Amino acid sequence: MSQEILKVEKLHVKVQDKEILKGLDLEIGEGETHVIMGPNGAGKSTLGNTLMGKSEYEVTSGSVTFFGENLLEMATDERARKGLFMSFQNPIEVPGVRLSEFIRNSCEALGNRMSLWNFKKAAAEQMKVLNMDPGYLDRELNVGFSGGEKKKAEILQLLMMKPKLAILDETDSGLDVDAVRTVSEGVKAYQEQVGGSLLIITHSTRILDALNVDRVHVIADGHVVAEGDRFLVDEINESGFEKYLKA
Amino acid sequence: MSEEKTIVDDINRSVYDVIDKEDNATRLEEGLNEDIIRRISEEKDDPDWMREFRLNCLKIYKELKVPQWGPGIDGLDMDHISTYVRPNTRMQTSWDDVPEDIKNTFERLGIPQAERASLAGVGAQYDSELVYHNVMKEVEEQGVVYTDFESALKGEYSDMVREHFMKLLVPTDHKFNALHGAVWSGGSFVYVPKGVKVSIPLQSYFRLNAKGAGQFEHTLIIVDEGADLHFIEGCSAPKYNVANLHSGCVELFVSKNARLRYSTIENWSKNMYNLNSKRAIVEENARMEWVSGSFGSHTSYLYPSTILKGDNSTMEYTGITFAGEGQNLDTGMKVMHVGKNTSSVVNTKSIAKSGGVSTTRTSVQVMPGAKGAKSVVSCESLMVDNISRSDTIPVMDIRTDDADIGHEASIGSIPDDAVFYLMSRGMTEEDARALIVSGFADNVSRELPMEYAAEMNNLIRLEMKGSIG
Ligand SMILES: Nc1ncnc2c1ncn2[C@@H]1O[C@H](COP(=O)(O)OP(=O)(O)OP(=O)(O)O)[C@@H](O)[C@H]1O
Ligand SMILES: [Mg+2]
Repeated sequence: MSQEILKVEKLHVKVQDKEILKGLDLEIGEGETHVIMGPNGAGKSTLGNTLMGKSEYEVTSGSVTFFGENLLEMATDERARKGLFMSFQNPIEVPGVRLSEFIRNSCEALGNRMSLWNFKKAAAEQMKVLNMDPGYLDRELNVGFSGGEKKKAEILQLLMMKPKLAILDETDSGLDVDAVRTVSEGVKAYQEQVGGSLLIITHSTRILDALNVDRVHVIADGHVVAEGDRFLVDEINESGFEKYLKA
Repeated sequence: MSEEKTIVDDINRSVYDVIDKEDNATRLEEGLNEDIIRRISEEKDDPDWMREFRLNCLKIYKELKVPQWGPGIDGLDMDHISTYVRPNTRMQTSWDDVPEDIKNTFERLGIPQAERASLAGVGAQYDSELVYHNVMKEVEEQGVVYTDFESALKGEYSDMVREHFMKLLVPTDHKFNALHGAVWSGGSFVYVPKGVKVSIPLQSYFRLNAKGAGQFEHTLIIVDEGADLHFIEGCSAPKYNVANLHSGCVELFVSKNARLRYSTIENWSKNMYNLNSKRAIVEENARMEWVSGSFGSHTSYLYPSTILKGDNSTMEYTGITFAGEGQNLDTGMKVMHVGKNTSSVVNTKSIAKSGGVSTTRTSVQVMPGAKGAKSVVSCESLMVDNISRSDTIPVMDIRTDDADIGHEASIGSIPDDAVFYLMSRGMTEEDARALIVSGFADNVSRELPMEYAAEMNNLIRLEMKGSIG
């Protein structure tokens, strides 16, 4: 395994007094692509939100280090500045804030200040990869975006912000066949341009078609119940999660 | 945290808060009586009718009562307000001739830069008088008149001025109109001749520097038939620990087929009582547009009103009010539908923070003859915390049976999810909240010229600094 950047150990997380993650372990190395699968309600998004530092998710025990530092002590914005990114399962609508303004402010917060001209040029280039009309930059953030457009906008942010580790929470759900392919191209472009690591939460396989997958983890009832290489994905697609669920 | 906040606030507000040494040519003593009115009139070399008008207004002022329905103004004692402060300069048309300290103040506020970049004409008032006035040659050649009010009162347009002066905002309307009529000084007169379209905006900037003083400028704009104008008004003052008063009057006449847009960004300091009156009358097929940003002042009463007199006349009002700590801002608008098939569209946004109080009053009146009137009013409030207050008070008085009237009000807070989303992209909590609030104000900034939109966003950011924890 290449140099490890994320290490999750025996992580227990409570939401509204209910324990969701029950001793989860996970390790991700530099440049690796990991896939997380698991039934609805297993705790996949909970893991993503916890790693990103959402306040409702209370870590009751366990540890998480990111580049050797204690991630759990950092505020959300600090995590982002250390190189962590999450593509949201349900991107939030923020009225009145332009997509361009949002991305430009974000890049600036991450230490990449660009002139308006350079920003527009860079964004237009990445939007080409994603088959997005540059006109979207002037739209209000996620307001009135279709499901697919929201997900593409998330990947655009990924490409502009160039994080070291990106969590993609069901970025492929609700997309049509062509859109999945486009988004997958975007993710591949991220791998090629940035060489960062990925944690892809998905219920499908199509987003993975164009990607190298290093490891697959199956989560059920708040912990990892199976691990394997990419063939595990195919197996699950065929026979479902049944054999991993407790009777 | 709280210490850092004050430092940040001080540094950033400093462009507005620099106090110039008072170097006045004339400062009348505080208070209000016949003698003072006569001396203002003398200072200004008023025509006889104006002197009599002032004295009559003083009588009306004394008879009328202070309004009881709005925020308290007990902190304002007219016996301690100097109503006339003449700066130590006459009006200049060349920037170089403006005295150094006054020039520096306006330069810090970006006035000459804005003129060079994007304005057809600029007036700059300092305390009671204009110190600078200049209009682009091309605009002057179109026949557009843009002068200080005193010149207008005596020059070629004196009859027109007399015919319109305080005819829309009559002194008997309320106590502060009467006060204004008695002590007014400064302001601008604009006349746009028939069919003339002024493609870039004119601007007046009002700066009140003197401590414990009042500013009572009068703005009169007449847009003749088929003409088009955008007028911008900006205001600011440094902060003192005694009350200052601003009680300007703005009268707007929009003739048949004409269009007038009147934009204001008001950033008075937080010791200011801003009791301002604005009214427009709109003739047949003409259009009035208001864009209004209220940020500063201790207490404001501000309800730009529109009379849709002509058939098919329309008006649109877009406004934002931001009430922070210690501020009680009572703002809104009024519209009266008189002509047939008239329409009004109103969008207000209100933000309250750190115990600030923002009250939005809207009044829609449809007169009996106003067949086919349409009005849509939408008021949105954003509460930045739970110690602030934001109220909406709509009044509707509909006297036709076919009016199409809509009113919507909503109140919300900054969603935690949105803050988390922005923070997950690296923004600090403070920046995230400020960006969300700017987004809330977006409908107003979109209506403003770019430099003003930038200034407004900057003001929002300033106000949002230190709003956490
Ligand atoms: N903010 C929250 N408030 C209340 N319950 C929550 C919250 N977040 C997650 N949960 C609960 O935790 C459990 C796990 O949810 P999570 O979203 O992590 O599942 P998931 O594995 O991502 O499922 P899906 O595949 O449907 O996206 C669910 O029972 C869910 O209702
Ligand atoms: Mg999920």
